Amino acid sequence: MTTATQPTTSQEVALWLRMYRQMVAIREFEGQVNELYTRALMPGLAHLYIGEEAIAVGVCEALERTDYITSTHRGHGHCLAKGASPDQMFAELLGKKAGYCKGKGGSMHIADPATGNLGANAIVCGSAGIATGAAFSANRLGNGRVAVCFFGEGALGQGVLYEEMNLAQLFKLPVIYVCENNLYTEYTHYSECTAGDVLMRAQAFGLEAVSVDGQDVRAVHQTAQRLVDRARSGGGPSFLLCNTYRYHGHHVGDINREYYRSKQEEHMWKTERDPILNMGKWLIEQKHADAPALGRVQQELESEMKKAVEFAVAAPYPNASEVEEDVYA
Amino acid sequence: MPETVMGGQKVRELTFAQAIKEALAEEMRRDSTVCIMGEDVAEAGTPFKVLSGLLEEFGKDRVLDTPISEAGFTGLAVGAAMTGMRPVVDIMFGDFITLTMDQMVNQAAKVHYMSGGKWKVPMVMRTTMGATRRSAAQHSQSLHAWYCHVPGLKVVLPSTPYDAKGLLKAAIRDENPVVFFEDKMMYKMKGSVPEGDYTIPLGVADIKRVGEDISLIATSSMVQVALGAAAMLEEIGISAEVVDPRTMWPLDEKALIDSVKKTSRAIILDEGYERYGVTAELASVIATGAFYDLDAPVKRMGAMHVPIPFSPPLEDLTVPTEQTVFEAARKLCGR
Ligand SMILES: Cc1ncc(C[n+]2csc(CCOP(=O)(O)OP(=O)(O)O)c2C)c(N)n1
Repeated sequence: MTTATQPTTSQEVALWLRMYRQMVAIREFEGQVNELYTRALMPGLAHLYIGEEAIAVGVCEALERTDYITSTHRGHGHCLAKGASPDQMFAELLGKKAGYCKGKGGSMHIADPATGNLGANAIVCGSAGIATGAAFSANRLGNGRVAVCFFGEGALGQGVLYEEMNLAQLFKLPVIYVCENNLYTEYTHYSECTAGDVLMRAQAFGLEAVSVDGQDVRAVHQTAQRLVDRARSGGGPSFLLCNTYRYHGHHVGDINREYYRSKQEEHMWKTERDPILNMGKWLIEQKHADAPALGRVQQELESEMKKAVEFAVAAPYPNASEVEEDVYA
Repeated sequence: MPETVMGGQKVRELTFAQAIKEALAEEMRRDSTVCIMGEDVAEAGTPFKVLSGLLEEFGKDRVLDTPISEAGFTGLAVGAAMTGMRPVVDIMFGDFITLTMDQMVNQAAKVHYMSGGKWKVPMVMRTTMGATRRSAAQHSQSLHAWYCHVPGLKVVLPSTPYDAKGLLKAAIRDENPVVFFEDKMMYKMKGSVPEGDYTIPLGVADIKRVGEDISLIATSSMVQVALGAAAMLEEIGISAEVVDPRTMWPLDEKALIDSVKKTSRAIILDEGYERYGVTAELASVIATGAFYDLDAPVKRMGAMHVPIPFSPPLEDLTVPTEQTVFEAARKLCGR
């Protein structure tokens, strides 16, 4: 798509390799999360982002570190792509004091001001207001930042999303609403919950609304970059619909899925539409990398994630005295 | 406006509404990140005209008319507060806070804790309460107990123009989400308000009248009712103390307990629903803290457990009045 007719620059190659690496990082991270669950080391549940990596990576590559994101219950990928470090994330997932939120947030609430992460949110569509408000601040304070609001297509059912898009357009705010349509809410196909045309919902408020193949990291990045640049230069809010698929269950404990989707469907996405496999193939075809190099990326990240898990497992829990801290600032 | 000078500061008679506007104007002059958003707040200055004139001084960028989207602009304010602004949102009628519940309860109240103290939400929600305006069931409720129930929120109920100004300025400077309930029946009430800057710390009760025989612990407009009842009680030789907690959370438990330890009797007055409401919480504070000093059971008086009716003779039955408080106090004192 991007550069068929233009000569490739070394920056572009570096970007593609970086995005490949980031996608692998997310997949390896999530693989370890699943392990922690199956080994009964993780309290509670987690919602894996495996299969959807190209969206977080493509979008966050278009952002500056100081730009804002809000994330969802399926948020590990967004946090990592925005620059969070795996050891503090694992520590948070295990409820340890060394975690991003001192163990008080857990898997669904990782927040990190240092990387502009306003927080993952366990209320479906819960962060649409927060992201829009961050864009409002950026606009008022004139600091040139933009905000990205990630959400699953389930959030299309929440009225507050439309209130926020209306406000964002009225105030011309630099916010991009990124809808990750992985086809299923929890256990229900999105077509059973979504009437009419999704893009037209955003267009009705005057937002620029586009859809993109969420399995193609270069396509996601290129479109996101355009919308981010547009927002940063005063062009206002936009809506990016990314079509994707989650490979695992709604959460780690959702093992038997046949009652809502077929194994053939899952197999098709994993083998034909995988964002990492396809990007890897493309990098090799274009001679930007070879198979052993990509293999090394995977091995490096696998061992990095294992070390991060070891750190988190060994880390102490918070003291009982901390339960009442941080209720008020 | 008549003016006097007290402690070097000029003191004027202002209405409750004027005191609130003055607090906002002073804070907006002091801090450019303070902005107001809500329905009909700009040119109209709200249906109660509380904000009239702020648009002219501060412009459309800081006094923002929003669509009728309570959840939408409250949520926007949460995010704006996290990222450098100090928004003051205006929810026209307290009944409409139900539309803001997720933004306040699941977002604003929890951001600081869930992030391990990393993000904070310095915002204020101003809204109204209070019945007897003949506005029927959806424009008359006092729902502050809903927000009192949620850790992470602070809840303020001013009862005089002086308190309103000082408490609102403190609320705007607070680093937490603060919900500020104004009884719409008090907007025209007058009181002495010093010119210029002063704040009243959140969490400090005020003794509105000193007395010996019974404590009338009252919030918001019920403070005036309590003072009226206290004057009636005085005529029959009962000396009532009127204590105004001023903030529901943080709560000055010590002031309430100390008062009741002295008087040995207490009535709690609040315009919210009595069932599971603020009166229940305050009564429990007193029952726990002053049990051995009590000479009578703690009495609660709140709104009746009915939707607020429109018809005036019915509506007037639903909230405590000077007469009903007087009678309850007399009975409690065995007279
Ligand atoms: C307001 C609200 N309603 C319901 C839920 C329970 N819930 C959690 S995730 C989910 C499905 C979300 O689907 P989607 O937004 O498409 O995200 P996905 O899980 O597919 O990434 C539901 C219903 C919730 N967390 N919040």
